Amino acid sequence: MKSLALSLMAALLVSTASAEPTATGDLGLVIERANGSVLLVDQSERAALARIEGLGDLSHASLVYSPDERFAYVFGRDGGLTKVDIVTRSIANRVVQAGNAIGGAISDDGKLVAVSNYEPGGVRVFDADTLEMVLDIPTGSKTIGLVDAPGRKFVFTMWDTGETWIADMSGAEPEITKIPDMGENPYDALITSNGRTYITGLFGEDGLTALDLWDENPQPIRVLPNYGRGQQEMPVYKMPHLEGWALTGPEFVLPAVGHHEVLWVDANTLAETARTKTYGQPVFAMARPDGRQVWVNFAHPLNDTIQVIDTVSKDIIHEFKPGPAVLHMEFTPRGHEIWISVRDAGKVMIYDTHTFEKLREIDADSPSGIFFTARAHKTGL
Amino acid sequence: MADTKPIFGAAVAFALALMSTSAFAEAVNPAELKRLVHQDCGSCHGLTLKGGLGPDLRAETISHYDVDILKTVILDGIPDTAMPPWRPLMTEDEADWVARYLLSPEETE
Repeated sequence: MKSLALSLMAALLVSTASAEPTATGDLGLVIERANGSVLLVDQSERAALARIEGLGDLSHASLVYSPDERFAYVFGRDGGLTKVDIVTRSIANRVVQAGNAIGGAISDDGKLVAVSNYEPGGVRVFDADTLEMVLDIPTGSKTIGLVDAPGRKFVFTMWDTGETWIADMSGAEPEITKIPDMGENPYDALITSNGRTYITGLFGEDGLTALDLWDENPQPIRVLPNYGRGQQEMPVYKMPHLEGWALTGPEFVLPAVGHHEVLWVDANTLAETARTKTYGQPVFAMARPDGRQVWVNFAHPLNDTIQVIDTVSKDIIHEFKPGPAVLHMEFTPRGHEIWISVRDAGKVMIYDTHTFEKLREIDADSPSGIFFTARAHKTGL
Repeated sequence: MADTKPIFGAAVAFALALMSTSAFAEAVNPAELKRLVHQDCGSCHGLTLKGGLGPDLRAETISHYDVDILKTVILDGIPDTAMPPWRPLMTEDEADWVARYLLSPEETE
């Protein structure tokens, strides 16, 4: 009896401990690029909860979340693919899958994780559970702009050859569709949240190229082919990012390459509607989730500043200097706050997006990308 | 005359070396440049310089280039590629320091 009572008590204790739930819906991870760690953060508490170490070279790292918001798949520059468990705050699995990687995506069903690589150039697809490779797609080119698309597809683009490939993973055998002539030196791409439009930015020529993925045979559609014509182009010290793309109701806002401006494009016709002059060359132009504001950061050496654009007037309504090397921004899912990583200050800074008041600073070691778990439920993020 | 030329040349080289060493002391901040190399050059070439969108810049990979070539590439960029000219942001001495640092990181501390 005594031993039964004891074991019952032990069982009770254990179940109490394991029944303590970890809610992950307001959590996030911040990449600490210098030392290969990620910082687990809590949006509601505006606090860091834990540091998870051992993720390799995290310069230019990004991540995606599993549909249950428990696991993050972190894509490191050194080709490392690390599965982080944010409930146990530990590394669940890690493989070094290539020599030099640039980003990744997770399929709509959450079963496949794809990584795009510079060296060897191509895309590799992994089982999200085990991180075993299920498909290797060599492309013979540095591969950029990898996103997931509805129907268990991945879409990605070649820097060297200017092709976009669509890998359909829904059947027993993968099917690959190749679309040539996307333009010269595509540097990044985005997909709209409905999964219909894929847009790649071009470095080698003015403009962008779009694909309508609802089309049976998507064809390249040129967007703003002459946006910089006749103007002196400036040296580009940092490629813009399109992943934090901005859709503000009826328009996209896109960073111009080699110019101090953002470009406004009608989301339906893909025609230019306006331009807004900015402080420097934009790196990220990110819309607050409600679409009312766009926050823009800039390339070196003007990377200490942020400008906020009102999307109705298209005017800059606020400008401030959070500190040296503003690398990334992430809105809370409903947009009331924004978290900003200021690399050389060693801080993540949190601002109210309505009053622009600074609410909190969190210490972080060379912070770059900030990723909240709500991304788990968005196509292309 | 023919005999004095090399000596003259060596003397000039020596004087130039002296000049550039003293210019270093005034015009170059090694800690700042090192940070620039890894953090800003690193956005294309990788934090560890093993390459990314831009090529591998580790000493063992680029040892066949001399300082002047690297310095020119840094200052003027490479047309029709993603390598921008850094001249607007950097002095000749700074570019020289960066080129030497890339070729022998240990000796340029």
